[in-house]
Amino acid sequence: MNFWLELLVKIALILAVMLPGALVVIYGELKISAHMQSRIGPYFAGGRFGWAQPLADGLKFMQKEDLVPAAADDAVFRLAPYVVMMGTLATFVIVPFGPDLIAEDLDLGLFYLLAVSSLTTLGVLMAGWSSGNKYSMIGGLRAAAQLIAYELPLVLAAVAVAVQAGTMSLQGIVAAQTETVFSIGGFDVALPFLLKGQVIGFAIFVVAGLAELSRIPFDMPIAESELTMGYLTEYSGLRFTMFFLGEYAGMVSMAAIVSTLFLGGYWVPGVDPDMLNVVGPLVLVAKVAIICFVFIWFRWTWPRLREDQLQSLAWRWLIPAALVNIVLTGIAKVVL
Amino acid sequence: MTTLDPRTAMHISEAAVSVELETPDMTLNIGPQHPSTHGVLRLVAKVDGERVESVEPVIGYMHRGYEKLSEVRTYAQITALVNRIDWVSGFANEIPFIRAVEELAGIEPPPRAQYIRMILTELARIASHLVFMSSYPLELGATTPLMHSLRERERVLELIESVTGGRFHPNFNRVGGVKPVAGGGTDQKKVSQDLPKGFLQETRDAMDKVIDVCVDIDDLVTGNEVIHARTVGVGVIPADIALKYGLSGGNLRASGVDFDLRKHEDVLPYSSMDFEVPLGRNGDCYDRYMVRLEEIRQAARIIQQAIDGLPSGPLQAKVPRILKVPTGTTYVRAENPKGEMGYYVVSQGGKIPYRVKIRSASFSNLSILPWILEGALVPDLVAIMGSLDFVLGDVDR
Repeated sequence: MNFWLELLVKIALILAVMLPGALVVIYGELKISAHMQSRIGPYFAGGRFGWAQPLADGLKFMQKEDLVPAAADDAVFRLAPYVVMMGTLATFVIVPFGPDLIAEDLDLGLFYLLAVSSLTTLGVLMAGWSSGNKYSMIGGLRAAAQLIAYELPLVLAAVAVAVQAGTMSLQGIVAAQTETVFSIGGFDVALPFLLKGQVIGFAIFVVAGLAELSRIPFDMPIAESELTMGYLTEYSGLRFTMFFLGEYAGMVSMAAIVSTLFLGGYWVPGVDPDMLNVVGPLVLVAKVAIICFVFIWFRWTWPRLREDQLQSLAWRWLIPAALVNIVLTGIAKVVL
Repeated sequence: MTTLDPRTAMHISEAAVSVELETPDMTLNIGPQHPSTHGVLRLVAKVDGERVESVEPVIGYMHRGYEKLSEVRTYAQITALVNRIDWVSGFANEIPFIRAVEELAGIEPPPRAQYIRMILTELARIASHLVFMSSYPLELGATTPLMHSLRERERVLELIESVTGGRFHPNFNRVGGVKPVAGGGTDQKKVSQDLPKGFLQETRDAMDKVIDVCVDIDDLVTGNEVIHARTVGVGVIPADIALKYGLSGGNLRASGVDFDLRKHEDVLPYSSMDFEVPLGRNGDCYDRYMVRLEEIRQAARIIQQAIDGLPSGPLQAKVPRILKVPTGTTYVRAENPKGEMGYYVVSQGGKIPYRVKIRSASFSNLSILPWILEGALVPDLVAIMGSLDFVLGDVDR
């Protein structure tokens, strides 16, 4: 197949998976939060269960005026949402949905992933800096400070997985989780990394992932009670929608990464390896849904930490724990 | 080779340390339209990064001139104004004013009216504190306690409405007693001389629900690690500073000062009620939160007792149709949910007061902001401001 045609198909497929995925997560957040707060949530849009509410919201945002403040740095202000969107979508290039269902299986997949996912913070910083608003600027700078705090534990937790799997390719990492650990009565039991000793790594990765997504309890860059809306304050219309979608797409991608690294990705026990190309995507979606639910659960029960408390959490607890985790993983790898 | 004596070496190392990055202060204008200023408070903050150097509160956006308006209205008309001062606990605002007028006019309200006033004041206190229980976690970023608290507050407001006809602005007190209750559901179409049917039982049930929601709030907020991280040791007000700035209510008691006007003044028959005054120890945001949570429980206790001991009798003392208050001055204060609320009423005879000076709790509570916010972080600014629980209508009047 022509290289460009192939590229186009892949991009189309990623968008076709990502954007509806983000919409579903938005709907899930609306409904789950409602039930946690003894409300009903969206009810009318779409006829039944308010299923069309995210679409209606999107349409509404499209009709709004796309304002650029007079004090804003025009070009940067306009560019920022696309940077955020791109950073999020680019992570999906290397997420495997099945043995053959992967856009590009890079040898340094994990490395690529961690590099690309930091791009969203660049977009946030651009948005905060260019808005010409003091609240936005504080929000953007908070996001930058947050990047320094959580990126290191995130990388270190992923390093332990790479050490255990012996590869940085995400397909390889999933394959390492399908290896038989022991057999009971002729039934081969394989375990995901979460059950193969990466408990600390999983916890660190989820906490740092929440910080990367800027969700409660780490939503200091937005912090509506302090900074009105942080870096989003001056955005409206379609550009706001880009940020909004980017946030939820980021949630889906983070959940997909967590399930790939720690929960066995598309793999599920008892399914014939040939069938995984069909069943795999569904399995991955189920795992993503569970993790997204946990993220939503956190958001609606916890308050927000303070910026300096995040720094202290990251540098005094997460990074030492992640280093210890790497050492333990290394020892286990050599000994076993 | 030259050797440095230790003292010089120390100076050199200190000089190296003291070279810091020069950062200009930024003036951050918070409000008057801002999610966490509870109305229209404006704070002009000088911030160095996230640290607040100084704060200057600008108030007056909500000024409605109630003291002046009171000078051209009859006493009965003024109650309609005063319950708009602190609108989240409208009923409690009427009490000190109406008691001041009764004192000047020499009218003693019947005990049943006093008990009904007490029940409704405590209901207003619960409603007000439930607003705090919803808005304070929200300011710290937790959204869910809001819904749970407001759900129960709705129940309390419905009770107030069933008696007074108004959810926020009851305007229920009359000089010498309380207004005859209008309506009261389908059973009582006519104007009744008593509480609506079933009110006492509904209130008991509602108090059980309120106690239940306190447990919910305990689960969601009190035990939460992040809440502890955000509030414990933040915004500490020592007792002497609190007294110096004239703080009152929960803010004063959180600093450990045992001062509750319900215990000290006999405006309402609290002396025959058995209740405790919760006190804090450290005077930080967490203590201010805990004091209010406990006050909800104590208010529910008072209401249960007041229902048990509700005397029978008329709702109104004998009051002339056209009330003329003799010359005199008085100051009557009572425990509002926000703190001490007092009215200094001057009468020169006649139907209207010569002067009404309103002492509202939030105004004094807010005056501590420049002191307490100096050196705080921007996120703490919100946490501290919320913990002081002021209402801008109560500040500006």
